[in-house]
Amino acid sequence: MKADVIVIGGGTVGAAIAYGLAQRQQHVIVLDGDDRDHRAARANFGLVWVQGKGTNMPEYQLWSRRSCERWADFSKGLLDITGQDLHLEQKGGLVFCLGDAEFEARRTTLQKLHNQLGGEPADCEMIDRSELERIMPGVAFGSEVYGASLGHRDGHANPLRLLSALHAGIQRLGGTIVSATLVEKIQSNSSGFTLGAGLENYVAPRIVIAAGLGSQKLGALVGLDVPLRPQRGQILVTERFVPILPLPCSGLRQTREGTVMIGATQEDVGLDAATTAVAAAKLSTRALRIIPALATATLVRQWAGLRVLTPDGCPVYAQSESHPGAFVALCHSGVTLAAVHAETIAQAVIDGSLPSSLDVFHQRRFDVPEAA
Amino acid sequence: MFRKLHDPGQAALRVYIDGVAVPAEAGESVAAVLLRQEAVWSRLTPVKGSKRAPYCLMGVCFDCLAEVDGVGSVQTCLTTVQDGMRIARQRGKRSLGA
Ligand SMILES: Cc1cc2nc3c(=O)[nH]c(=O)nc-3n(C[C@H](O)[C@H](O)[C@H](O)COP(=O)(O)OP(=O)(O)OC[C@H]3O[C@@H](n4cnc5c(N)ncnc54)[C@H](O)[C@@H]3O)c2cc1C
Ligand code: FES
Repeated sequence: MKADVIVIGGGTVGAAIAYGLAQRQQHVIVLDGDDRDHRAARANFGLVWVQGKGTNMPEYQLWSRRSCERWADFSKGLLDITGQDLHLEQKGGLVFCLGDAEFEARRTTLQKLHNQLGGEPADCEMIDRSELERIMPGVAFGSEVYGASLGHRDGHANPLRLLSALHAGIQRLGGTIVSATLVEKIQSNSSGFTLGAGLENYVAPRIVIAAGLGSQKLGALVGLDVPLRPQRGQILVTERFVPILPLPCSGLRQTREGTVMIGATQEDVGLDAATTAVAAAKLSTRALRIIPALATATLVRQWAGLRVLTPDGCPVYAQSESHPGAFVALCHSGVTLAAVHAETIAQAVIDGSLPSSLDVFHQRRFDVPEAA
Repeated sequence: MFRKLHDPGQAALRVYIDGVAVPAEAGESVAAVLLRQEAVWSRLTPVKGSKRAPYCLMGVCFDCLAEVDGVGSVQTCLTTVQDGMRIARQRGKRSLGA
């Protein structure tokens, strides 16, 4: 099979780029690995989030801001093409602080980030408990809730609807998604790349590696060495309630259907996606300190997923120098960044070069030897 | 609809469904009582609001949810009736206090 561009990986990142390519009249094929692969796109929390992102790399903060600004249009575009509503809400988001120490620590972190942004206006503020009670009427907060940081650009969406709409959108626009197809070989010659998966070959002048945790192995085949590590996140989900949380919070959000999601842990346990009782205990303890009435909630599910993390947690976008035409796109917050992936990254692949504004995201930043 | 085949005699007691007193028998499940009512449903689904009645009667389908003595989302097929119990058909999502 031949295409203008082949995207390896049909998770949120690969699918968003492929959707953008298809919108731009490219004939695109998405090759999406095995059902037993680790797939962050099917395990995440659904925040469309800026707050706190990019300490030590302010460009990441601005990149996330841009995506959040573009999300409403992006979501509208998907609705028009696929009829799927992504349940997007962008009315702000909160990070709760239990006790004044957490509150002050949060203030310091956000202030540091703000200073690094050099003059960009802040889009976050610290609010105290009484303000919190004013904007979340009807929520009985636990006695330790001291306040929160409020990110004005933050919001949430349904990440499974997003993935399914992207897949539907790609196909509606003439693209092809081939599932159960694990790319094992990448060969290149003057006319482009030949990808080998099982007995089948796929040929295109350009390829995008967006295969989540499978990307390290693939990148190495075309001179794109990106160190990656998995980080486990576990999430609990309650039964459906009438609306109780008007705003999404880091660690606690109510979906449009009414379930409350509680999460997510950050665990360095390698490629282990098991759920554990200790995580369930930790997550529910913190949730009950914030909203004690959740104690009576029935938990209906617990799951775990593996985050796709680069050494500094910030995204990587690069084109291979040894194999021009081969791109890599990796990030942790693929839901948040879906809008810019579908626009800026897709356009860059067509242009054959990434805009210089994205230079900071090149993985060569990891090559610099650490100072002794 | 369903009806009792025997007279409960000494074991008879009374519960309330949406405020209406109805007869029941010690030892039976709340779902069994609901199934004997003319309006056989136990809850409205949270998203589309369609009616659901007790179905599997063994705790796996969650179609029999109702509010029992002020607690929402109770699986009535796993709950034994008590004299004077107050049962309310659950209309959609549970509220956090209930
Ligand atoms: C617990 C948790 C919470 C999260 N919360 C949020 C959040 O609130 N907001 C947010 O923005 N993001 C969140 N994320 C991150 C988000 O889920 C990911 O950024 C996103 O799903 C990553 O998508 P991906 O496409 O890179 O990877 P994946 O979803 O892992 O997709 C990679 C795909 O590549 C395929 N693949 C792998 N190897 C090959 C191969 N050799 N050939 C072909 N195909 C291959 C796999 O089958 C897979 O389908 C969260 C993640 C986790 C784990
Ligand atoms: S009837 Fe199925 S769970 Fe009660």
